[in-house]
Amino acid sequence: MIEERWIGWAMLAGLVALPLWAMAAGEPFTITLVTRAVILALAAAGLNIALGIGGLVSLGHAVFFGIGGYAMGILAHHAQSYTAMNLIGLEVPGTKLMPVIWLVAVTVSAVVAWVIGKLTLRTSGVYFIMATLAFGQMFYYFAISWSAYGGEDGLPIYVRNSFPGLNTLVPIQFFALCLALLCAALFITARLRAAPFGLALNAARQSPERARAVGLDPARLRLAAFVLSGAITGLAGALFADLNRFVSPTMFSWQLSGELIVLVIIGGVGRLYGPVVGACLFVALEHWLGGLTDYWHVALGAILLGIVLFARGGLIGLLTGKEGAHV
Amino acid sequence: MTLLLLDGVTASYGASQALFGVDLEVAPGEVVALMGRNGMGKTTTVRAICGMMPSGGVLRFDGQSLTGLPSHRIASLGLGLVPEGRRCFASLTVRENLTAAARPGPWDLSGIGALFPRLAERPHQIAASLSGGEQQMLAIGRALMTNPRLLILDEATEGLAPLIRAEIWAAIARLKRDTGLAILVIDKSLAELRAVSDRGVILERGRSVWSGAMADLGPDVSERLIGV
Repeated sequence: MIEERWIGWAMLAGLVALPLWAMAAGEPFTITLVTRAVILALAAAGLNIALGIGGLVSLGHAVFFGIGGYAMGILAHHAQSYTAMNLIGLEVPGTKLMPVIWLVAVTVSAVVAWVIGKLTLRTSGVYFIMATLAFGQMFYYFAISWSAYGGEDGLPIYVRNSFPGLNTLVPIQFFALCLALLCAALFITARLRAAPFGLALNAARQSPERARAVGLDPARLRLAAFVLSGAITGLAGALFADLNRFVSPTMFSWQLSGELIVLVIIGGVGRLYGPVVGACLFVALEHWLGGLTDYWHVALGAILLGIVLFARGGLIGLLTGKEGAHV
Repeated sequence: MTLLLLDGVTASYGASQALFGVDLEVAPGEVVALMGRNGMGKTTTVRAICGMMPSGGVLRFDGQSLTGLPSHRIASLGLGLVPEGRRCFASLTVRENLTAAARPGPWDLSGIGALFPRLAERPHQIAASLSGGEQQMLAIGRALMTNPRLLILDEATEGLAPLIRAEIWAAIARLKRDTGLAILVIDKSLAELRAVSDRGVILERGRSVWSGAMADLGPDVSERLIGV
């Protein structure tokens, strides 16, 4: 059987090679497609920290994805219309600078994750799922009614935001940026899993009572994981909006929260590269099968069913022959 | 000076009261045996001490009241629990189990490795695949890694092979001799408890009915209250 590490390296190598080939072959759309997969993988990598290590089935991660998207949309909207935002009497200009937008996306997502976590993490099981879903719906309907920023129609951004030293309008350069962030997120996840915090979080997922008996506070561990998880998914949201140059309330939709969970499950819950495998398969199916039929979700559903029933370790578990050995 | 003090501790599982007045003291560096027949309240007493169930009466650790504290706070005050049934974190490796809850202090990975060489031999093995005895050693090691001032061993040798039991008892004796760690130990084997314990407390129907030096525990009392 293949070692998990090699699958990960192979995936990343493929993610580098495919866009390079596409650039050489003059197929910019393929680059966009791979960029989409990378961004979804980043969002799912964020969820994987809460879901995979912490065991928190959050059906509201689209909240953070949407916050990231709207952070980008609002800042860029004010920058492109040369208007200032009014923040509690303070006139703040917009910006087209990605690092600033990312910082805002990550910070706001983290703060919102802290609040949501504080309120929902006292519940568990199906109640936690429902509580996170409820927050997701609240943000979704708020975005729909927020007419200042497009309401239901969303908010188009005409030119992609800029990153110092790069021309983000060139697909391969924007792709490289996204891939670098994905690698950073995977690196953080890998370090986290081996660090005492990650181990304690894992322990608290397996048995909160045993964890408490050795002096660990599951509530605090989960909150920290949820905040980090939300922040990473928020960053992905900002990138996703920049990829499409468009934000809309669908980024907050509960279907998206569900899709993120599906990505993690397909790849392998708690696997380091699980979100990458899941996102690549998802985008491939969406593109190839979606081109053939509008009902491509049927195939996705069948795959998901097969994995849940027969391969609990996800595709990575299937390839490594270790069914959820270390999740 | 006492490290752990229980005075008239009561506790209930819902409507059924399990402890009616447990008195117990552990001084620093002392090994105290908590004895009694099955169902007399030994594990319930441990659960009450560790804050895993609400309790009444006086419950103090190093002068601080434990009543009402959440169990993780109690543990971080310096109470290391080795729960009944050797409950490790099954999907973590030996080393991960040890580091997950570690707190700074004299106990570290090499110290645990010296105490239990079997664990040092297999740092990367998943806990679920360890033998029962090794899991018990891991549970003790995990508690020691939190650098406690009091170690609570709940049925640490239950259901283990004689050779492994001897190894664990030897480790407990070594803890007492070399580190002067205070230990509250629950076990069914009186002979082995006698060898390591300074004092003993016997529970009957949720009350402490006998306490004293282990040397004073005569056969009449042990026959009547423990059945051995």
